[in-house]
Amino acid sequence: MAQNFLQRLDSRLVSIDEYEREPVPEKQLKGWRGFLGMYAGEHTAGTEFVIGALFVAHGVSAVDLIWGLLVGNLLAVLSWAFLCAPVAVKTKLTLYWQLKKICGGNLATLYNIVNAIMFCFLAGAMITVAATAVGLPFNIPMPGLDDWVPTSVGWVVTVFAVGTVITIVAIAGYEYVARFANISFPWMFLVFMAAAIAVLPGLGVHSVSDFWPAAKERIWTGVPVEGLTQFTFWHVMFFAWFANMAMHIGMSDMSILRFAENWKMGFSSAAGMFFGHFLAWIASGILMAAAAGAVAPGVIAFNSAGIAGAICVVIAGWTTANPTIYRAGLAFQAVTPDWKRWKVTLFTGLLTTVIACFPALVMNLLDFVALYGLVLMPMGAVVFLDVMYFKKLNLISNYADERGIKFNWAAGLTWFLTLTMCLFINIYFGVEIFFLGLPGWFIAVILYIGFSFLLQKQGVRQKDERKAQSL
Amino acid sequence: MITIFLKILSFTGLVLTVVPSILVFTDAITFDMHTNLMVVGMLMWFATSPFWMKEKEL
Repeated sequence: MAQNFLQRLDSRLVSIDEYEREPVPEKQLKGWRGFLGMYAGEHTAGTEFVIGALFVAHGVSAVDLIWGLLVGNLLAVLSWAFLCAPVAVKTKLTLYWQLKKICGGNLATLYNIVNAIMFCFLAGAMITVAATAVGLPFNIPMPGLDDWVPTSVGWVVTVFAVGTVITIVAIAGYEYVARFANISFPWMFLVFMAAAIAVLPGLGVHSVSDFWPAAKERIWTGVPVEGLTQFTFWHVMFFAWFANMAMHIGMSDMSILRFAENWKMGFSSAAGMFFGHFLAWIASGILMAAAAGAVAPGVIAFNSAGIAGAICVVIAGWTTANPTIYRAGLAFQAVTPDWKRWKVTLFTGLLTTVIACFPALVMNLLDFVALYGLVLMPMGAVVFLDVMYFKKLNLISNYADERGIKFNWAAGLTWFLTLTMCLFINIYFGVEIFFLGLPGWFIAVILYIGFSFLLQKQGVRQKDERKAQSL
Repeated sequence: MITIFLKILSFTGLVLTVVPSILVFTDAITFDMHTNLMVVGMLMWFATSPFWMKEKEL
């Protein structure tokens, strides 16, 4: 019976990967509606409760926040529409399979491992968020801004309870979670809004005209919490732009947008940016200001929306942690093809749960999100150039596939040297991590074109020599 | 017909989620009443919406 169950499980998980290794056929392409719903749901997640609150803790002013979010989110939408969507529509492949063609199996696998580890940290943050709500009825002491290690045995037990449930569901019912997430989105978004509106009187806002003065003086005051850096318009703008850098400039969302009928559907990401990363971040900032020092999302949500608020935090954390663990499992599976998928997911879930025990991740979520995008960005630049411009530059696209090599050094060196140079800019010029993505992308572009000219010229010379010898 | 009825219940659930907060803001109801109504709204939404909402497309 157990074997039967595992066989059914395995076949279900295999069925999710339809068209993963081949271009999506015409009849499977989707319209605007699916993309709008998907983006709106995916970007109203548990971590939104934390990010808006951390902006407040970093002392951003109200004017900087509003303009920073408007400009940054607009740039993010344009990145999806003009960088990721055209590549996805042209290739109709997932990022992994496109990378394999360009970079070769070994480099694509290395990328996959790095990507999977990043996914584990991201899912870990979401489990931590959910645990702050689950621990409420048991009076578990919640971590604060200064906490880096587990604060109590009760906290560890709560995180493991949440992590275990999420892992089991990721193994057994991914499709149901995806559907549940879809159903939850409209309600979750309204809970965010309702919670923020309900606490406004506590901040001295009793009419619409009171809002802006209170926003400047009591919410986004421009004064950071002691020990945290001061955020400006530029921090907010670059954070909003690069919060999903791995997805747009880094090309991870090729796996979604390859189902698009045309590249313009990249604009559907606006639903996620302006509901989740504009309104929800503003709402969570209001909640943080009203919570008088509390930062645990569960506590903040319970204080402002009662039981429904706490349940919203659990659902928001759970519905986003689950697909993330599943994706990380898929990425790890490329390294361990002999392992059954459910075993890989179990391992991934355990690793993620251990990571989630450390509140340092959530308390430094802004830095982690920026690092996550930055690490994966150079390979996005590689894919963009290779697919869109290599033929115009008289260079060979999909070089690894064409030449049958396992490691494309032009792409590999671009990745490693871009990150090294970003680290150098960070250490020697003191440029903060939030700003490194922009110079990093141009560095990656220049390096990849330069290395490709060198590598491909050498490849042509060797081929000519072999041809001459055979004659 | 049943679907229309379920949709009405679902949207009433969403109304009960967000409108009480506006009533707290205008001082028309207490904060406790707002949190209780949000629970009712949540139950109505999750009890009815799965029966009519379409499958996730992607």
